[in-house]
Amino acid sequence: MSNHGEGDSVHPIVPARTFVWVWIFLIVLTGMEVYMGYIDLEVKVMLTVLIGLSIIKAWLIVSWFMHLKYEKRSLTLWLVPATVFCIGMMMLVFFWDSLRLAQMRPH
Amino acid sequence: MHEVVKSQAVSTPWSGGGSPFAMGSKKLGMWLFIVSDTLTFSALLVAYTYARINSPNWPRPFPFNPSILYSTVMTVVLLASSLTMVMAVMAAQRGNRGSTVKWILATMFFGATFVGLHMREWFHLISEGLTPTSNHWGSPLFGAVFFGVTGLHMTHVVIGVIYLGIISIGFGRGKFSPEDVEVSGLYWHFVDLVWMFVFPLIYIMSVAPKS
Repeated sequence: MSNHGEGDSVHPIVPARTFVWVWIFLIVLTGMEVYMGYIDLEVKVMLTVLIGLSIIKAWLIVSWFMHLKYEKRSLTLWLVPATVFCIGMMMLVFFWDSLRLAQMRPH
Repeated sequence: MHEVVKSQAVSTPWSGGGSPFAMGSKKLGMWLFIVSDTLTFSALLVAYTYARINSPNWPRPFPFNPSILYSTVMTVVLLASSLTMVMAVMAAQRGNRGSTVKWILATMFFGATFVGLHMREWFHLISEGLTPTSNHWGSPLFGAVFFGVTGLHMTHVVIGVIYLGIISIGFGRGKFSPEDVEVSGLYWHFVDLVWMFVFPLIYIMSVAPKS
């Protein structure tokens, strides 16, 4: 167990070109998202693909730009599952309830 | 002093010894703030989904020019600001003070550009009759969602630009450490991260259908 003091976090040296590649990948994914808006897709399919692309972009930003990949794994295990659980609970309650209400609407 | 060091080395992280995440309290505090803010934006986006599914006349009013074009450029600008912020953190960790300040100023420039483009987009939509309570396209909730989500995000960007300004002055004068630059970087990347969900859900999902 490493024993660092206050503000004494240690990261491996990551070459700048790694971050440039991550940035280029993020731009490409953004281009794909814009393209999605101009092809005829069912709303559910479009929403699923857009959320999928956004989660990949979020993973790239958190892992590389925010250096979570280079922090101790205990930080990731502490923060990420708890956040995903809370968001999942919100969606579990409200997303399904909104679909239920939509089906109850008189046509 | 010797006893304190000894007890820290002997105690396990779970019993208070050492530093379980091997980082300072400022950085850990920023991570906790980011988690709480993630839930704030998540709640807003879930509320948006709820309102949209339950509104039969939810509008899709955004034409390619200016709305989608502007929001795409804004996304690229915000991603560019994240890259310059990464360079600032790297320069700070190398101990290059001048280079750090320049990269932070570049980040602030991109952040201010984002706000400028966003305000222009807002004023264009307001001139077309969009308000937080009404619009002539469909459900009045559209305006509430649009201004609520993008407004809270823009507030974060404005606060971020001010925060980075303070950090650049302090780091330039030698009052702040590389860790302070890194912590401000975490906040800035988070603002970028939130936009990666706002942009597709608010803009791309509301592209005007082909007539």
